[in-house]
Amino acid sequence: MVAHLLSLKWRLLLNGFKRSPWQLVGMALGLLYALGVLSLLIGGLIALRWADAEIAHTVVVLGGAATVLGWAIIPLVASAADMTLDPARFTTFAIPPRQLLAGLAVAGFIGIPGLATLLAALGTVGTWWRSFPAVAGALLGAILGAVTCIVLSKVVTTATAGLASSRRFKDVSSIIVFIPLMLLGPIMVGIVDGVRGSADYLPVLARTVSWTPLGASWSLGGDLESGNVGAAALKFLISGATIAGLLLCWHVLLQRALVTPPYSGGSARKGGKLGLFALLPGTPAGAVAARALIYWMKDPRYAASLVIVPLFPVIFFFSGSQSGSYDLLMILGPLTAFMMAWSICADVSYDNTAFALHLAAGVRGIDDRLGRALACLAISLPVVLVFTVGPLFVTGEWQWLPNLLGLSLGTLFTGLGLSSVISARYNIAVPLPGDSPFKKPPGNVAQTLAVQAVGMGLLALLLVPELALVAVQAFSGGPEAGWINLAVGPLLGVILFVVGVRLGGKWLDARGPEMFAQLSVNR
Amino acid sequence: MTEPRHEPTPTSAPPQASAPPQASATQQAPEARQVSQLPTGSLPLPSSGSAEGAPLAALSIRGLAKRFGEKIAVDGVSLEVPAGSFYGMVGPNGAGKTTTLSMATGLLRPDFGTALVHGVDVWARPLDAKKLMGVLPDGVRLFDRLTGEQLVTYSGLLRGMDRDVVGSRVSELLAALDLQADAGTLVVDYSAGMTKKIALASALIHAPRLLVLDEPFESVDPVSASNIRGILESYVASGGTVIVSSHVMDLVQRMCSHVAVVAGGRVLAAGSVDEVRNGSTLEERFVQLVGGGHRTEGLEWLRTF
Repeated sequence: MVAHLLSLKWRLLLNGFKRSPWQLVGMALGLLYALGVLSLLIGGLIALRWADAEIAHTVVVLGGAATVLGWAIIPLVASAADMTLDPARFTTFAIPPRQLLAGLAVAGFIGIPGLATLLAALGTVGTWWRSFPAVAGALLGAILGAVTCIVLSKVVTTATAGLASSRRFKDVSSIIVFIPLMLLGPIMVGIVDGVRGSADYLPVLARTVSWTPLGASWSLGGDLESGNVGAAALKFLISGATIAGLLLCWHVLLQRALVTPPYSGGSARKGGKLGLFALLPGTPAGAVAARALIYWMKDPRYAASLVIVPLFPVIFFFSGSQSGSYDLLMILGPLTAFMMAWSICADVSYDNTAFALHLAAGVRGIDDRLGRALACLAISLPVVLVFTVGPLFVTGEWQWLPNLLGLSLGTLFTGLGLSSVISARYNIAVPLPGDSPFKKPPGNVAQTLAVQAVGMGLLALLLVPELALVAVQAFSGGPEAGWINLAVGPLLGVILFVVGVRLGGKWLDARGPEMFAQLSVNR
Repeated sequence: MTEPRHEPTPTSAPPQASAPPQASATQQAPEARQVSQLPTGSLPLPSSGSAEGAPLAALSIRGLAKRFGEKIAVDGVSLEVPAGSFYGMVGPNGAGKTTTLSMATGLLRPDFGTALVHGVDVWARPLDAKKLMGVLPDGVRLFDRLTGEQLVTYSGLLRGMDRDVVGSRVSELLAALDLQADAGTLVVDYSAGMTKKIALASALIHAPRLLVLDEPFESVDPVSASNIRGILESYVASGGTVIVSSHVMDLVQRMCSHVAVVAGGRVLAAGSVDEVRNGSTLEERFVQLVGGGHRTEGLEWLRTF
């Protein structure tokens, strides 16, 4: 049975590649990246072989404990749990629970995260390549540790399966997780500072953690190296008991999950609230704009990009406070304009096959384009204005105000026009409706990258006048170029916006069915 | 149970709110009026067209063909759907029903052939043709982060309808489809049957002259199904045309006036239901036409336990 489940998982992985060669290319790129990180990690662990045993022990135990924690938390918040072998799918097969459990656990190692964890864990064997007992202990510890990771993550995902399948929880958690991710830089700096301040404290922490289920297995190699056979034996028992306890939990949870399908209902609500549909003009373009604005608020894939926006100034301000110069803050406005305008490149791809409604209703391409672009404009214009003017209060370089405003507005309008053209013609690999914004999107990643690169190149070309005027002021120092840009940027931008919306509309009219056919591939 | 439900349907509601379909094409949307005048100059109303004389087909499919890579999904399908008919399209899984209907409604570009809706070429004048049609595609997503009410409103506004008209029709449609209680719930939280019904409402909102419904009864409960049937039957009675695809022979035999049997991307038989079934039941005739109903031998082990 274990072998069956293993080969099933393997087959699922392979068949995933068969859908298109591009999928394979995308996967190969991801694999290359994972391999790079992994080889660095294993290299580091092997390099620790020549470090002081105390330091090596601290690093391995704390790193291992962090990995275990990561396996428990990440699948939960990122809703990125690997559900290809969802236990619910085996309900009707009457597989003995023990065998199902064992099979699912071992199958957890097939796939990039599982395999990477196992290999990195085995890297600790290199760290303890100092004496025979240490190697044996490290090997045993690595396997126990990796198994703990997999089983713990299964326990967590099974326990929260009901919760995680509720749409509201998914929506909220997938957005919240962006915040620490975006602030990773400042957080890392904080941690490094903290570590530097408490270097003496870490070995103590590691020794304490090594007696907990999180760190026990990772400590075996180090304890045997320093001759603490008794401690090692106790920690072996701890980690064994941890796995046994987790398996028991998993067993019970699985049994319960198999007979109680997750309930994902909400309470019925009466109508009467049309929201934005009642406020915006009752024309096709107005309706598209209202729909797009509702999605900006309610769809986590859009909302995630809105959550990121207020974090931009925080990051810029932080890096400014680190370097002591806040000049970089000034590009905040143009950068935000670019990000926001560029985001609707994926608009039709986000619709997925719901786009059929536009196609079946015979919406004119120009109404479709205009509605989407105006919705994005309604949100981004105030943000961009605030982010352009705001930093000047910090830097005090008010002579740059007209120039920056020109550049920001030019970027925003030009970007919206260009995005309207691109999203009318090219489909971009994005997470499916209802999926987490983090989830690996199905479809052609290589084409997406090519389209994005060419599009950004085009945008840079279209923005040459505005950028040139910024350069002129930077070199000459006079404010004249700035005032010219304040006129040129918005004017040129609006012209390109209109051209883009019209051209995109024409393309969509001509190629709507082909666009829909592309969208139907990934559903 | 079914009797009162006929009343709030879009076809027999207060005239100001939603006119019967044959009148609505010339009444509600100015664009629609243009369309119906343009093609032939003197387009007869569907009701008079279906009665006698030379009827103009509501949907005329001519030699549609489509291949996906190696597989020929639709291989030269031609069908005439008379105005005022209730047309069923039956066929085994993978027969090409959905592909044919997608090509007839402007969702999928055919390799060969064309389709005319009341004389308007779907592929030459797509925007005009689509105004005459209400489409319920199978297996596509909806804008499901809208509430049910918002989705139907959106569908109406997209077609350029007046907001007040849309508003009154939406509440009638939701009432007719038993969705009032959940009008403010997000469509993503709907059950499969409710989702089907809200998609149907989106297809009905502009009172089209032709309804193209791909598997409208799939996963819909019996009460709602008879509800929907009631709506469709009174729609046809007042001159509209419906084409549905389905697997359920019994339903098609009872409900439809015409039927086409499709398999392997071709039309095996088409005509009025009585012509096609030719004395036997539609199901028997279907199995006979499509073949493959011979697998009652073998599987002896299944009887031994």
